Amino acid sequence: MSVSLFSRFKKQAAVLGFTTLLAAGSVHAADISGAGSSFVYPILSKWSASYNAKTGERVNYQSIGSGGGIAQIKAATVTFGASDMPLRPEELEKAGLAQFPVVIGGVVPVVNLPGVKAGEIRFTGPVIANIYLGKITKWNDPAITSLNPKVRLPDQKITVVHRSDGSGTTFNWANYLSKVSPEWKTKVGEGTSVQWPSGIGGKGNEGVAAYVNQIKGSLGYVELAYALQNKMTFTKVKNKSGHFVDPSLETFQAGAASADWTEQPDFYEVITDAPGKTSWPITASVFVLMYKQPKDAARSAEALKFFKWALEEGQSDAQSLDYVALPTRLVEQIEAYWAKEIR
Amino acid sequence: MFKSYFALAMDGPNKASSHDRHDKRADMLFSLVVKGCALLVLIALLGAAFSMLWGGREAFATFGWKFLWSSDWDAVQRKFGALVPIYGTLVTALIAMIIAVPVSFGIALFLTEIAPAWLRTPIAAAIELLAGIPSIIYGMWGLFVFVPFMAEHVDPWLDENLGALPVTGPLFQGAPIGLGMLTAGIVLGIMVIPFVASIMREVFLTVPSEIKESCYAIGSTTWEVVWDVVLPYTRSAVIGGIFLGLGRALGETMAVTFVLGNAHLLSASLLEPGNSIAATIANEFTEADSPIYLSSLIALGFLLFVVTFVVLAVARLMLMRLAKRAGENKQ
Repeated sequence: MSVSLFSRFKKQAAVLGFTTLLAAGSVHAADISGAGSSFVYPILSKWSASYNAKTGERVNYQSIGSGGGIAQIKAATVTFGASDMPLRPEELEKAGLAQFPVVIGGVVPVVNLPGVKAGEIRFTGPVIANIYLGKITKWNDPAITSLNPKVRLPDQKITVVHRSDGSGTTFNWANYLSKVSPEWKTKVGEGTSVQWPSGIGGKGNEGVAAYVNQIKGSLGYVELAYALQNKMTFTKVKNKSGHFVDPSLETFQAGAASADWTEQPDFYEVITDAPGKTSWPITASVFVLMYKQPKDAARSAEALKFFKWALEEGQSDAQSLDYVALPTRLVEQIEAYWAKEIR
Repeated sequence: MFKSYFALAMDGPNKASSHDRHDKRADMLFSLVVKGCALLVLIALLGAAFSMLWGGREAFATFGWKFLWSSDWDAVQRKFGALVPIYGTLVTALIAMIIAVPVSFGIALFLTEIAPAWLRTPIAAAIELLAGIPSIIYGMWGLFVFVPFMAEHVDPWLDENLGALPVTGPLFQGAPIGLGMLTAGIVLGIMVIPFVASIMREVFLTVPSEIKESCYAIGSTTWEVVWDVVLPYTRSAVIGGIFLGLGRALGETMAVTFVLGNAHLLSASLLEPGNSIAATIANEFTEADSPIYLSSLIALGFLLFVVTFVVLAVARLMLMRLAKRAGENKQ
């Protein structure tokens, strides 16, 4: 199919002129391929469509999950990998990989309590951790009612919903709970999949969203886009500076901006529990992994051009899909990092 | 056949022996081909089992026998055990068969003995159509239609009325969320019914009508004819059909994933969520981020082989004893 399309394209190009033909040939040779995080898939495909319309370059992205993306880039079968979880600088060093963030998103607690509207329920990190640990089991537990004096909470069991598949969303969620609850840190810890002390597992954001919508009295976590598109009842969460904030593009942006990205090499920074008055506490970033000294330098350079375009000009695309673009200062740091690290 | 005898008569012994040789060669070739077909299944089976054992060797080497009865499933600590998925697989399959076998028997009995002729073909066709529905459809129906029904009507009733009983009580305690082992077992049962029912119907039809009619003639009821004549006559084929259904119930993935709850928690209650081997693999394979995690999942796949084999072997053993006892009774 692509061959016939290409040959048709070539015929048209021949009519248009020799230079166009040359350009068409080079387009085909330098297809950029990537694989990994499903969280970043909607925005990457939008970017690749816009970029294709502008430059004729094609970016093929396979949404196979962060774990798969890391495996694929380590096997060097793709030009870039994408992961919701940053790799440690030592691991990057060993594999000869460079790492940088491309887009910000966030994880949002969602509930199913008839009569309760989005943003009405207020949680703190430790309360969420205790619910997920199975220590708080009822909605009218004093720990929850004292945070929500204005909401009538039922005497109902809380059904905890989590991801059944390994996921970057889970990584950021568990990372946040580890930061705010010492007990979570020692008993469960953080990772793309963890041993859940309680609850039921749904596959993918859509699986969790479906269970939360089905089961009354449930509490789950999904990415913001899923919560907004499915009109789910998200909650406020208290951030590090003690303010209750709603999940929104602004609070995500604030979370990303208040994180210190220069502290660690290779942008190894999980930006959950960020300081700042308006920061959303469970903000997350997606990282791209590329070889520092790629075998196919030309293709790698094309990929960097694509990401440069995406970071500088793809912001409106990002916002239309409920992602947050990176702060300008961070984009500058990333471009400096490229110049230094990637050949 | 006739032609070759004719040729024998016409051409004399010399020509015939060359024909014989030709036939013999063709016979041998044919038997080799069919042997190859049968061997192919065996090779594929052994190959799949062995490659899974090989893929799971790291898990077996690390955890040893403990892998079988540990209920850990912790990707952070890298500790894995297969108890929860094995338990979930067996329990859901058992519930499925408890539902599917009697219902299928009823369907087959009705279609072969009781239903008016004009009704038989449409119902039989409907059953075969049911068998062709992809399992994801059953899963979605289960989640969006059946789970709310269970949560609102069945689970609370079970919890209230059976949950307080002394022995079986713990089986039916729990929050009425609609998901869980019981729901998964029922959905599996519905999925398995068409397979078992259509095989039962086919084999019931093979019973010679002379036998059945002579029974009716000496005054047997329909039930007596089916229970004492049709069923013994077709027993091994019926059991074969049940095995086929059981195999499907043990290995079913998508439908179970939707309604089982996918939680690595060991609970006696059928209303609580659990996990099955196939569902665990389907959920976690793509994001298994450490070699031991991946190896544990492949080891689970190998255990599914073993579990299926053991269950089928036990069932066959029981069947053999049953047949022996039946033989003794006759003498």
